[in-house]
Amino acid sequence: MSTAYDKEIEDQIAEWRAYMHKHRALHDTDGDELEDHLRDQIADLTQAGLRADESFLIAVKRLGSLDELSREFAREHSERLWKQLVLASEPDPTKTSGRRHDFFVMLGCAVAAAIGIKIPAIFGLDWSNDSDVAVYIRNFSLFALVPLAAYFVWQRRVRGAVLGVLSGLFILGAVAANVYPLAVDSQSTVLTAIHLPLALWLVVGLAYTAGNWRSVRHRMDFIRFTGEWLIYFVLIAFGGGVLTGLAAGIFYPIGIDIEPFIESWLLPCGAVGAVVVAGWLVEAKQSVIENMAPVLTQLFTPLFAATLLAFLVAVLWTSAGLDVDRDVLIIFDLLLVVVLGLLLYAISARDPAKDPGLFDRLQVVLVASALAIDTIVLLAITGRITEWGFTPNKLAALGENVILLANLAWTCWLLVNFLGRRIPFIHLERWQTSYLTVYAAWAWTVVLIFPPVFNFA
Amino acid sequence: MHIAKDLVAASATPLVLGILAEGESYGYAIIKQVKELSDGRIEWTDGLLYPLLHRLERLGYVESTWRASAGERRRKYYRITDRGKAELAAQQAQWATVIETLRGVWRDTPPGMIAHPLPEVST
Repeated sequence: MSTAYDKEIEDQIAEWRAYMHKHRALHDTDGDELEDHLRDQIADLTQAGLRADESFLIAVKRLGSLDELSREFAREHSERLWKQLVLASEPDPTKTSGRRHDFFVMLGCAVAAAIGIKIPAIFGLDWSNDSDVAVYIRNFSLFALVPLAAYFVWQRRVRGAVLGVLSGLFILGAVAANVYPLAVDSQSTVLTAIHLPLALWLVVGLAYTAGNWRSVRHRMDFIRFTGEWLIYFVLIAFGGGVLTGLAAGIFYPIGIDIEPFIESWLLPCGAVGAVVVAGWLVEAKQSVIENMAPVLTQLFTPLFAATLLAFLVAVLWTSAGLDVDRDVLIIFDLLLVVVLGLLLYAISARDPAKDPGLFDRLQVVLVASALAIDTIVLLAITGRITEWGFTPNKLAALGENVILLANLAWTCWLLVNFLGRRIPFIHLERWQTSYLTVYAAWAWTVVLIFPPVFNFA
Repeated sequence: MHIAKDLVAASATPLVLGILAEGESYGYAIIKQVKELSDGRIEWTDGLLYPLLHRLERLGYVESTWRASAGERRRKYYRITDRGKAELAAQQAQWATVIETLRGVWRDTPPGMIAHPLPEVST
């Protein structure tokens, strides 16, 4: 008799677990924990005199509805939510129509971007003309990122003050790019072309987080978005390259030269459109790429760590003084950016509750060796920089180096403390997400303050 | 007596931390203890304790381990950390202030004697 009861209860619990399994925000370990709770409750209720099936019903009821539970778990573990934002929406008529609507809005934004980049041509500014190209170089990020921000404004229903701030910042960017008298070949033009996209990308982040800009979680989501957007964009660019190459090749034999078309239409329109499409793809296909980015990080973290260690050994072995010429700082800036990228990606994909492991140790090696190398470079370069005098390029490169170095140094300290289990992982998240403000401040400084300070050189 | 949802939610963290400050425990036992301490007047949706525990763990206030004691099921135990103890102390100070203030306001009007009940605030 009692075994029959037991079997019935076991069946019911198994069914409950299967039902729970469909809720993707609930992991198996959460299921184990909840099941343990359920069994305790059933045992207590049975002891109080209830029949086993009655106990089961009451215990399940007290646990709360699985939908509500799943929502709470998802809210707490947003890195999981990230995976199933799309997967969780099963074929539900209202939702698919919403997604189709979403698609058309994305298409509208992409087309608007493509048309936007051709607007200067109406006013006689030619892309292939050397004297006009500076206008395009300085404004490219505006053409590409305004539509992307517009897409998020629509999708996240951004309203009111946030919308005002967004427009204000984009207008500020447009003013900075066009009001200063910058010559085509001046360093300031190049600096603006590099830093304005960065500054505006963080403005897109404001739209992406729908104004919840202060929340660590939302900033982290935006960092994830940035990495995945980059992967999609590069993939689209590769595909576009294959398409244009083939197109030029097959039209050639029939005597049609489509290169002018490619150069003045396909390339600029495709590039700005791809910015929006990549953003939409990240949102719509999150689960696909989610598996790829952490894999890439795990693959390249050891490789980069090994390379940097080899370089360090080589520097010490040959005891060769670094031959620092003017461009060397930029290469090391790029190195720090890549190291930071690997780090950010690993952080954003990591389950914060997991204990420190081998991979975290590898990251310390990577960061520490990058720090050591950069310190050597900085020491070698500070002596020479006064000799060369400050130009916008050098000051920008040096500033970036210092900013990245400060970030990595503190990250290294936090990582070591995390490995020693003295602080929880969230401190690393917090540090990286608050540092976004520093990047924004620096990018705007270079765009807005550098040109007048250096007499628009 | 029914206790408003907001109040239950606000008191959940100090309750859980307070219980864990007395020693390691697990979900079901924590809920049982809350029921006993409040004579069954504070009612939680049982399952919602777990996201809360996970949040406290992420913030570094508690630590957890899966363990099976002899002949029993594997169970997830939670233990308060030093950081959690500091947080508990901070929350205790906050609650003490709130309680003290309420006492001061209600000194002359014990519960049930307020002439006009306060309008219900919609949430």
